[in-house]
Amino acid sequence: MLSKATRQLIERPGEVASGRLQCCLGVAIFRLLMRSGVGTGGRGDPVPPRPRSTRNPTRFPALSTTICALEKTGHSLSSDMFGLPRSHLMASGSESQGRRGTERPQVLLLRRPLSVLHEALSARFQLLRPWESPVPFDRFLAAHAAGVRALLVTGLTPVDGPLLDALPALRFIVTTSSGVNHIDLAECARRGIAVANAGTIFSLDVAEYAVGLLIDVLRRVSASDRYVRRGLWPRAGDYPLGSKLGSKRVGIVGLGSIGSEIAKRLEAFGCSISYFSRSRKPQVPYTYFPSVGDLAAESNVLVLSCALTKETYHIINRDVMSALGKDGIIINVGRGALVDEAELVKHLMQGEIGGAGLDVFEHEPAVPEELFCMDNVVLSAHFAVHTLEMSSELCQLMIANLNAFFSDRPLLTPVLVRT
Amino acid sequence: MESLGVLLPIPMNAYLESELDRRYKVFRLWESPPERRQDFIRANAAAIRAVVGNSKAGADADTIDALPRLEIVACFSVGLDKVDLAKCRERGIRVTNTPDVLTDDVADLAIGLAIAVLRRLCQADRFVRSGAWLSKGGYKLTTRFSGKTIGIIGLGRIGLAVAKRAEAFGCPISYYSRSEKPNTNYKYYSNLIDLAANCHVLVVACPLTEETYHIVNREVLDALGPKGVLVNIGRGPHVDEPELVAALREGRLGGAGLDVFEQEPDVPEELFGMENVVLVPHVGSGTNETRNAMADLVIGNLEAHVMNKPLLTPVV
Repeated sequence: MLSKATRQLIERPGEVASGRLQCCLGVAIFRLLMRSGVGTGGRGDPVPPRPRSTRNPTRFPALSTTICALEKTGHSLSSDMFGLPRSHLMASGSESQGRRGTERPQVLLLRRPLSVLHEALSARFQLLRPWESPVPFDRFLAAHAAGVRALLVTGLTPVDGPLLDALPALRFIVTTSSGVNHIDLAECARRGIAVANAGTIFSLDVAEYAVGLLIDVLRRVSASDRYVRRGLWPRAGDYPLGSKLGSKRVGIVGLGSIGSEIAKRLEAFGCSISYFSRSRKPQVPYTYFPSVGDLAAESNVLVLSCALTKETYHIINRDVMSALGKDGIIINVGRGALVDEAELVKHLMQGEIGGAGLDVFEHEPAVPEELFCMDNVVLSAHFAVHTLEMSSELCQLMIANLNAFFSDRPLLTPVLVRT
Repeated sequence: MESLGVLLPIPMNAYLESELDRRYKVFRLWESPPERRQDFIRANAAAIRAVVGNSKAGADADTIDALPRLEIVACFSVGLDKVDLAKCRERGIRVTNTPDVLTDDVADLAIGLAIAVLRRLCQADRFVRSGAWLSKGGYKLTTRFSGKTIGIIGLGRIGLAVAKRAEAFGCPISYYSRSEKPNTNYKYYSNLIDLAANCHVLVVACPLTEETYHIVNREVLDALGPKGVLVNIGRGPHVDEPELVAALREGRLGGAGLDVFEQEPDVPEELFGMENVVLVPHVGSGTNETRNAMADLVIGNLEAHVMNKPLLTPVV
């Protein structure tokens, strides 16, 4: 039996970005992928990605299959979007239907993924799409997923013991995120299920987003943009002064790939960098602090770029906020639950902390409404990873990991390997 | 010795004013109604030996002519476009500005604006505050800033500071300048259209002069193109503003991050409805730390002048 939380999440509709936007974006990136020749060969057998020089840049494998799949989900397509006449596509439809049945490996999805990824996956794998089925999720799995060996998790959908119980043949999970706090790794290890994530492909996007948020908070970019758009500049005069970024002491919580990219960038702005991490990193030139409290006491800014684990849950608590001080700024591009959100809101309301740039929240998409009227806070909807560049890189990485699993080769970005 | 009479045309900064009041006799031009200001200047001309200017008001030819005892114009800005430098030279009037102390802030803002436009930061903030995340969900794919080619107009102090920051994001740097700079590895373009055609983000970081007035015109905007982003941290008149608005409206330009406008504080209202622009009210040097440092420099220059010592940051 699936846990109620998991079932609810799965049965909720997927992305609600407009269908047309998804399709248009999907086409653009699908073409990009096709041109770069990533993924399987034309027959649908999983093969290792070929070197660039041998790729056929003009092939469009199983395009009609993709169209059939998309049509099932309610997307309507015109020849304009794909740049090909529809008659051409329908003619090859039956041919690819036959191919689809036997040769391509099965991958279970739990929710409808972003179009970009969906199209790329459909071209290479036989996808099990429970949201398309009229039967309840539990019964769908029982009927169709008894033999499925691979699961692709999108949207941070939780993977827990009960779900794994329903997938007895599962041997591989890959998630489109870097974080894996939504996956019960202990249960996966117990069952011999390997897990892969998105590795470090988000690092550039998240790092620059963190820097953008920090500049925005200190220099009131979004707040003064609102001021201008409301017509206040001529009426109410110059906007109040902000705070200089240079020589701020920045404390990075979690100096992994993302934290390192953030550090590198902020150094160029004249910030001094310190960090807290599970262990000291002797090869980096930054000052290490053995606790977040100590780090906060010596910093003007805390940037959170660590994984969410039992140890880091609410790592930014009231004591840390006090240590950071009245002018302190918190930038969170990790997970909402790294911060005691209720305490943060209280501190902000009482002027006990200088400001915050938040891309993540404890109960997304719910955001404490007290923050909506604050000018020293910048809010974002978990967008730090979402760039066109990342999107195409993510598709490639997900497919490469799935291909590696199906051909018994080492995973590219493993989090847990089968022993 | 007679206290230095200082003309302050508009309010600039409370700390600056209090420091000026402590040392000198300050004549606040804005305290007279507009139609009486000429009279005010005439009435006090005998006492006024200094003018403190900034990006909005300085010492034009008429003002200089009306102040026969003017000895020094100390600008609370690095830009000198509101000072008639030729006339000052002619009259032997010293001119100072506030370089270096504001370089970091302006460069920080340039990068902040570029990221905000490409990654739609303000748009995201609006999205959350409107409650739309709860009801609509969804996301938009934005464009990564890291690794994009940055084109800089003017590779002076601020241009170099922008380049240094952008390099930390892996951005290749190109520039257009009156002449090629000897000690950089950045790619030089002797033609602004070529620079615009070959970069993703174009940053205006040069002084405003007769030559650079409307230097970003329709041709440059078209060369920058539908995916290109303009960042203006210079002066509004660097850019042909109606052409900019048209280019954005028609999708010929990808986006713009603007700190300055041709007719501040008026901003073309058509921009208010656009997602691909970020509009900030001339806050380039707008931090407490920097404005205090700028004020100290203005005072330092005036003090040096009064005591016949070398000026700290003279231009003329």
